[in-house]
Amino acid sequence: MTMPWFIRRILGIVPTLFLTWSIVFGVLQLIPGDPVMLALGGTPASDEVLDNERRRLGLDQPVYIQYLTFLKKMAVGDLGNGYSSKQPVSEMIAARMRPSLELALGGLLVGIVLGVALGIAAGLRPHGWIDTAMMSSALVGVSLPSFWIGMLLIYVFGLQLEWVPILGDGIDALILPSITIGLFLAGGLARLIRSALIETMTQDYIRTAHSKGLSAVRVVAKHAMRNAIIPPITLLGLQFAVLIGGAVVTERVFARAGLGSMLIDAVLTKDIPLVQGLVVYTTTAYIVINLLLELLYGIVDPRIRSRRA
Amino acid sequence: MTTAAPAAATTILPPRRLIARTLGAPGAVAGSIILAVLVFGAIFAPLLSPFDPNATRVCPRLAAPSFTHFFGCDLFGRDIFSRILYGARLSLAVGLLTVAISLVAGTIFGMVIAFLGGRVDRIGVRLLDVMLGFPAIVLAILIVAVLGVGAFNAALAVGISGIPRIARVIRSATLTLVGREFVESARAVGASQTRILRRHLLPNLLPIVIVLGSLDLGGAILSTATLSFLGLGAQPPTSEWGAMLSAGREFMRYAPWTMIFPGLALFLAVMSVNLVGDRLSHVLDPRASGHG
Repeated sequence: MTMPWFIRRILGIVPTLFLTWSIVFGVLQLIPGDPVMLALGGTPASDEVLDNERRRLGLDQPVYIQYLTFLKKMAVGDLGNGYSSKQPVSEMIAARMRPSLELALGGLLVGIVLGVALGIAAGLRPHGWIDTAMMSSALVGVSLPSFWIGMLLIYVFGLQLEWVPILGDGIDALILPSITIGLFLAGGLARLIRSALIETMTQDYIRTAHSKGLSAVRVVAKHAMRNAIIPPITLLGLQFAVLIGGAVVTERVFARAGLGSMLIDAVLTKDIPLVQGLVVYTTTAYIVINLLLELLYGIVDPRIRSRRA
Repeated sequence: MTTAAPAAATTILPPRRLIARTLGAPGAVAGSIILAVLVFGAIFAPLLSPFDPNATRVCPRLAAPSFTHFFGCDLFGRDIFSRILYGARLSLAVGLLTVAISLVAGTIFGMVIAFLGGRVDRIGVRLLDVMLGFPAIVLAILIVAVLGVGAFNAALAVGISGIPRIARVIRSATLTLVGREFVESARAVGASQTRILRRHLLPNLLPIVIVLGSLDLGGAILSTATLSFLGLGAQPPTSEWGAMLSAGREFMRYAPWTMIFPGLALFLAVMSVNLVGDRLSHVLDPRASGHG
């Protein structure tokens, strides 16, 4: 086959999407109880009303027809209507996307600044004090409940010191939630940058760059970082992909009306189309961003392109 | 993603030496002490807790910590210290249940697809890859949507969402074993497939299963507490750390102790389990621990 590599990659995600959507559909079929009763939110109704509603939702069809209709609708972005709001799920998601996106970007920013700074500091002096402190605090980091950290930040900086507002839509209300997310991103990122840097710094071309008389900053910034950048970018890309689906916990702690808190509410109110739509959106975004990352590597690094061919 | 299978034969130590080696690092000693205190508190909660964890108005609402109420009181005048002790019971039990679900199902799945190979393996791997594409918390929430909220269902949800990760590692480990002589000779003497799986493969996989379990327990406790915090796990009035934190969120301006102590308990529990698990995995399998 002589298809260009990127078209092959793009077509490659079709089965993955298809399988993912099928799993979501299959899992939600297992919900006990009559979906029509859930759709009506427990209001008493006559058999006739129930039958009408069943027909309207397509629930009178056999499961395989429902499944095919579901796949067809997902493929064109029709996520159905929510039970409680009766609004199209895609519009509901679009309306709540901004708070989640802002938080994702804010968290990413904090994570990158902190992670890159710590990673470089630790990687340039392995076993120095920054490195030792960072590596030994890694286990503490993964053990910290993010919702607890968020609450402690609110208590100290919001309530006691009153440096930042803890509620609202403004950019300043984004500071604490971004730090909450960023702290957890920074840990993984710093470790990746550290190990990549330690490896690259021993390469011959770095020694050559040094011996050419280049400044240390230039060697690190231009020669070492460039080659150490792919694993950290992968990590960030995947984290971002998760975050645009809504930072479920952080949104809850800071009472932000994003996609994450919408998912929790949808589960609690048993709004099945909304749960389904949100999970389809989240997983699809994840798969697509994954694809974009791979295409990006193919462009940046020709070796990857030929390996995939 | 290939995880090296452990050199099983060299990693099985007598229990006493295993404990001695595990305690050979300061972090593991600290972790073991904290964990021992928590387990002790959990087991003897009925004897140790000064008050009934669910009795309301044993003290003034949101009262500050004092000598009678070490960690203060919550909105309903319940003793937070007693509730945290009982919470330790639930968290540890739920954590163990969760890990058991992931390990048993993940090990069976991974072992069987690797052993059968061919098309079964290809489909199995494909399925695992797709499952791993779900963010873990989203998968757990999706399962809660089906099962309904509650402490047990949350444990089930976290347990199920942990299966793909375990299955992936066990599959790779099994693949390195199926070609070895002892499996070939078992086949040659006519051992049934179930017998080969149970008597020849499983014992060799056990060290790696234990490693995975010890590395997963902390995360399992944290995830189930997270679900409770979100309102999807244990429901009030159950003494559960995540649920207590969720309730404490509302009153932290006036009564920060309602969220500081349950969070601290959760953090210490997860960290102590992680410290011990990390060390245990080093001792049991120096090569695999790098992947943890």
